[in-house]
Amino acid sequence: MSETVAPVRTAAKQLRELDRAVVRFAGDSGDGMQLTGEQFTTESAWAGNDIATLPNFPAEIRAPAGTLFGVSSFQLQFGSQRVYTPGDRLDCLVAMNPAALKVHLSDLKPGGLLVVNTNAFDKRNLDKAGYPSNPLDDPALAERYRLHKVDMTALTLEAIKDLSLNQKEKERTKNFFALGVVSWIYTRPLEPTLEWIKKKFAKNQVIAEANARVLKAGHAFGETAEIFAEHYAVEAAELPPGLYRAMTGNRALAWGLLAAAQRSKLPVVYGAYPITPASGILEELAMHKRFRIRTIQAEDEIAAVTAAIGASFGGAIGVTASSGPGIALKGEGIGLAVTAELPLVIFDIQRGGPSTGLPTKTEQADLMQALYGRNSESPVVVLAPATPGDCFYIAYEAVRIATKYMTPVLVLSDGFLANGSEPWPVPDINSLPPIDVQFRTEKEGFFPYLRDPATLARPWVRPGTPGLEHRIGGIEKQDVTGNISYDPDNHDHMVRMRAEKVRRVAQEIPPTSINGPATGDLLVVGWGGTYGAITAAVERTQLEGQSVASVHLRYLNPLPPDLGHILREYRKVLVPEINSGQLVRVLRAEYLVDAVGFNRVRGLPLATDEIYEAIKQLLGSAS
Amino acid sequence: MSVSGAGPAEARRYTKKDFESDQDVRWCPGCGDYAILSAVQKTMPDLGIPKENIVFISGIGCSSRFPYYMNTYGFHTIHGRAPAVATGLRLARPDLKIFVVTGDGDGLSIGGNHMLHVLRRNVSLTILLFNNRIYGLTKGQYSPTSELGKVTKSTPLGSADRPVNPLAFALGCGATFVGRTVDRDVKHMEEMLKRAAHHNGTAFLEILQNCNVYNDLAWNALYEKESKLQYELRLEQGKPLLFGALDDRKAVIMDGVIPKVVSAASVPASALWVHDEKNVNAAKLLADLWAPEFPIPVGVLAAVEAPVYEEILLDQEKRAVSERGAGDIAKLLTSGDTWKIE
Ligand code: SF4
Repeated sequence: MSETVAPVRTAAKQLRELDRAVVRFAGDSGDGMQLTGEQFTTESAWAGNDIATLPNFPAEIRAPAGTLFGVSSFQLQFGSQRVYTPGDRLDCLVAMNPAALKVHLSDLKPGGLLVVNTNAFDKRNLDKAGYPSNPLDDPALAERYRLHKVDMTALTLEAIKDLSLNQKEKERTKNFFALGVVSWIYTRPLEPTLEWIKKKFAKNQVIAEANARVLKAGHAFGETAEIFAEHYAVEAAELPPGLYRAMTGNRALAWGLLAAAQRSKLPVVYGAYPITPASGILEELAMHKRFRIRTIQAEDEIAAVTAAIGASFGGAIGVTASSGPGIALKGEGIGLAVTAELPLVIFDIQRGGPSTGLPTKTEQADLMQALYGRNSESPVVVLAPATPGDCFYIAYEAVRIATKYMTPVLVLSDGFLANGSEPWPVPDINSLPPIDVQFRTEKEGFFPYLRDPATLARPWVRPGTPGLEHRIGGIEKQDVTGNISYDPDNHDHMVRMRAEKVRRVAQEIPPTSINGPATGDLLVVGWGGTYGAITAAVERTQLEGQSVASVHLRYLNPLPPDLGHILREYRKVLVPEINSGQLVRVLRAEYLVDAVGFNRVRGLPLATDEIYEAIKQLLGSAS
Repeated sequence: MSVSGAGPAEARRYTKKDFESDQDVRWCPGCGDYAILSAVQKTMPDLGIPKENIVFISGIGCSSRFPYYMNTYGFHTIHGRAPAVATGLRLARPDLKIFVVTGDGDGLSIGGNHMLHVLRRNVSLTILLFNNRIYGLTKGQYSPTSELGKVTKSTPLGSADRPVNPLAFALGCGATFVGRTVDRDVKHMEEMLKRAAHHNGTAFLEILQNCNVYNDLAWNALYEKESKLQYELRLEQGKPLLFGALDDRKAVIMDGVIPKVVSAASVPASALWVHDEKNVNAAKLLADLWAPEFPIPVGVLAAVEAPVYEEILLDQEKRAVSERGAGDIAKLLTSGDTWKIE
């Protein structure tokens, strides 16, 4: 279960044994694997581990039972050291039916733990999964893996036979049996899950009792049954001291908005149309009306963005969100905010495309859409969070920049960040920079497109301010006066002005932090949700004594002012992305550096191993 | 754009002039929009609302230039989206008086979806839909209200689409105020503008407007003196549906569930159809009447009370705050499952 990297002495770093495990729960959509994984995550957080998670579920809401495409899974990596990714290969796989085994077995390390629910391996399910015979009967399976065949269904039913529930309700609790077993294997505390069950089923005592009993039964089974002769402990990770909570990317984006609403003392109007994987933000925000968050479930993506723009015109913080297809629909609206020079925050939770693509899978292929996906010259600020918890800061920063510069700010999150979670140190809210919005009320010398000399922002006027009545719109306007203008030179001037305003946001960007030597053989440049995989891969090569560094960009437009200089300090530049080479193009165009892409577009996070290999390969070609 | 030197708003008595902006009006000479603009500017002082609290939101099209000519707050947005922009503004600023200016193409074609949803939600907005049955700004293509077989530049052999009836559409969407007026009847227009502006919820006012360049006299049935006399049916609350020349009064009555035109003298007073704005079902029947088989109703077809979108949402917010206090992010961050690392 533990991934051990031999210690290599380097001047900068001392390597210690890495204690970590990668576990995946897999079953039918109806088997409750997401819940099981989330609870196991909570237990691991309690145990003080660092964690990264990867939920993976079918696009179909109720995929037919037993089928390969109906398999739902939840993977997490937890460890006593920093954990950057949900892990590549599995130390432990729990397969609740034949389809889950078939889909996931190839990811299990040789010698890994394989726990299966034998009860589901009947003729029907085997047929559906395309197994001509029962794979559990094949001795090769037990030779290759540490196979544990458990009739979870029967053991579950036995544990709660006296409870007045019907057969179906009883069987449905078997995921807690699996959770109990795995909790025992990895010495996880059951308390958080027992607490959760109590709260969740407070209104249905029998169900609460059943789930709690089955969980304990699974745990006891692991302890007493002879088949588990071993179990593991993963020590608490050495995270910096402080108060922690588990945080997913979508929740962090929502909470970042709450923080921004509170600090700016402005209401947020959030327009959204339901779309995977962004809907969770709308649902989260709708629970927090006390923060003056006003959510509109709009009739379509266009109404969602334009309602947000209307709110910004009114002096509130207008925010909208979607995934790639929805962002495409919002394009004209975003352009309106560009020319009206109103604050607007747009979250794009990227997923596989084009078109409907892979709604529940992750991708990083909307960078070009974010930068250029509108008619004409319509520059917007583009930010990207690096981890689920970072989404909090990025959402807050987006509001700060949007209101300070009177500009749309587009945030590129992705399906992996949105649903993934990590232990997150709770920030001190007072440590966040202020969001100081000053509405113009002074009549003297007012013009709608007067500009702040430092930011080039135009004044924000709340309708209702006497004496400042004015009109704005999508037609080109004269600078300063805002009057409609078709003058060629004015248009050229305004195109440059809007671009320059966005460029000025560079003055907000902190110095780029470099993970590794300041000059060297190779620099890995990443953005977004690949942060963990890149960092882990780069640190591995560093421990091998290679001269490799990485930077992770949170500001994609404008780019950090020091980036050009940094890029030139390395002989090679590698840009891993879950797209066919978008940031790498931007860097090549912007800085004339011979950056090389590493690109996989599988709907899955990049694996540490493959980035590591790519680094080695590029280093090899360099020498 | 100019800035008016208004004093404390409440203390001011406005005149029409206060609502005229310094921008040159750029509609074609003779366009019906001029009369509408003048009527709106003239009506504004009577609303008793401080000028700075009035906002005009528009989409794209000839009609949508409207906000530039009003010396109030204004936002000329993008094609068809004004109702959505206005919905967001309303939720941010329930203290403002918001008008939406749109046209038949803007409001019923590219923006049809938003129109549907703003009406069903009953957001407090006054929507003025200028219906000229043509695309003017793009130089004369047929619109969603153009009659079947309309010959235009984009339909040289006649259009194949049946037109949408704006009033029937609005009522079908659950609109709580539906009215119709005509650009050449200034007095009626002003009266209707006031009625619409005072409605609580979404008011939908169709203004039959003449595009003298691309679709001149499309509403001639209500312009030409003889025909107006013959076909105009003025709707008045509590009054029977009577129309036509005084010496030859006609009545619309209900024959079962079917409206029918009869000579007024031929039926007893008890058989007359008495107009009731609260009766939405009757309004739906009225919306479909058109010349020459029937008269053309103008006035308020329906005006009913219904829950208002932003009032419900803001009430939820108020209750959440009063029950549990204003949100506190520091508290939220430390609530629920947290753990300490020493
Ligand atoms: S094209 Fe028609 S509607 Fe447009 S301004 Fe000219 S006359 Fe008026």
